[in-house]
Amino acid sequence: MEPVVSIKNLNKTYRGGHQALKNINLDIYPGEIIALLGPNGAGKTTLISTICGIAQPTSGSVTVGGKDIIKDYRDTRSLIGLVPQELTTDSFETPWVTVNFSRGLFGKAPDHAYIEKVLRDVSLWEKRNNKIMTLSGGMKRRLLIAKALSHEPRVLFLDEPTAGVDVELRREMWQLVHRLRENGVTIILTTHYIEEAEEMADRIGVIANGEIILVEDKAALMQKLGKKQLVLDLKQPLSAIPESLASQALELRLDGYQLVYTFDTQADRTGITSLLDALRRENIEFSDLSTTQSSLEQIFVQLLEEA
Amino acid sequence: MNIHAIKAIYKFEMARTGRTLLQSVVAPVISTSLYFVVFGSAIGSRITEVEGISYGAFLVPGLIMLSLLTQSVSNAAFGIYFPKFTGTIYELLSAPVSMIEALIGYVGAAATKSIMLGLIILATATFFVDVRIAHPMLMLVFLILTGITFSLFGFIIGIWADNFEKLQLIPLLIVTPLVFLGGSFYSVSMLPPVWQTITLMNPVTYLVSGFRWSFYEIADVSLWISLGMIGVFLLACLLVVGWIFRTGYHLRS
Repeated sequence: MEPVVSIKNLNKTYRGGHQALKNINLDIYPGEIIALLGPNGAGKTTLISTICGIAQPTSGSVTVGGKDIIKDYRDTRSLIGLVPQELTTDSFETPWVTVNFSRGLFGKAPDHAYIEKVLRDVSLWEKRNNKIMTLSGGMKRRLLIAKALSHEPRVLFLDEPTAGVDVELRREMWQLVHRLRENGVTIILTTHYIEEAEEMADRIGVIANGEIILVEDKAALMQKLGKKQLVLDLKQPLSAIPESLASQALELRLDGYQLVYTFDTQADRTGITSLLDALRRENIEFSDLSTTQSSLEQIFVQLLEEA
Repeated sequence: MNIHAIKAIYKFEMARTGRTLLQSVVAPVISTSLYFVVFGSAIGSRITEVEGISYGAFLVPGLIMLSLLTQSVSNAAFGIYFPKFTGTIYELLSAPVSMIEALIGYVGAAATKSIMLGLIILATATFFVDVRIAHPMLMLVFLILTGITFSLFGFIIGIWADNFEKLQLIPLLIVTPLVFLGGSFYSVSMLPPVWQTITLMNPVTYLVSGFRWSFYEIADVSLWISLGMIGVFLLACLLVVGWIFRTGYHLRS
């Protein structure tokens, strides 16, 4: 499949000399949701800004829909919708005016029926004639999404879409993103919230210090880097791990009432059977057992520590 | 050409005028009326005629120029500065809009507003004095060319400015003094010879002079020099705007 966005050896150095992007290579495929994770200042927004035309690349190339973002900027920008991180709106305008303005700016003929649909999709139809300054933060965020969708883009960039948004609204936003994807829109989102990437993305890219450290399918990433833990609730507490088990990756928790075994899901043998055999030999009884998988957050922290 | 974008920007900017009607139309009309009262009536009683024209009528082209220049500059400067200030400029920069199209939208709207204002002031003036326009078409040419040129100048200031102080700096410290000292309220020939020479170094003198000629066929300098000066201004502004667009100065990081 041809990528809808293809980034090749992209570098960006700001005038002050700060190199925000270092040799970025990334292909994004039609219809996928890719999450770019990274700490503040990692280069996520710079990457998005460069693809969308707000920042100028220092070297390298980017194509969107097979067209070059500099040479064929009209074609590429028509395909892209951008929801910025900051809630930047024309406070004195109304949602109706501003969303129609966006559509015109992107070169599309007025289509009031479509704009009505977009405003209804983001639950702002009732507020269409209110001044934007009277809207809540969550409404403004949805308004920015409506503006980005006003020209029917094929690729949507969401820069920190749920920053400062309450839990309920965040879930609504996720549903909206899923609906958009069902309509064939490719979505690139940046986020701090691992939960968000875990919930929404098909693929995850991790950026740190202007470099893409890793891009993986979410499931593969979780599996590859994910460690599983077997947690045993003991009937009698242990004061120390018995000698015969010392070689195993074990630790005691809850004053010796819990024994935790960490194992690699990718290994040929998990070692669980031999551990249980060893426990029986040592007459250690347990009342319950459970397994937990490390979250994307733990994986992320681990990756950043390695970077 | 992204015609829809030009229309969208133009309409958006014109709608802003509608919202700020008091500030953008009523205020200049009131201040013009005050000029007529102060200059026309008070001073006009001492200076009855300038080159055969009543002082009140003589003032009209200068007053229109005063508003045209200051309003063109401030409208266009504010129009492009405000989205930079609020951050909404991201949308323009990420849209399939060439800088020429953005320019036509913003400068076109700013020029339209100031030209309309010029005509409103002209209409207001007819309540106070007897205005006659010898060459209406030429008058319109001056009005439109000056409106466009100074809107371009304002656009440049709006892009250059990175705070509200800078936005006001050039209009207040340069444009207004040049207009006042450019023969808006007097004929250059009324000045002592030294000041006449100095006044001729003021580019606005040529605009006011040519504009006044289209009304009363009296001028401080030749009509062709006046038209030539507007051409030079226009070209200078276009060159600077071209440079801004090539380099992305203060727009794209």
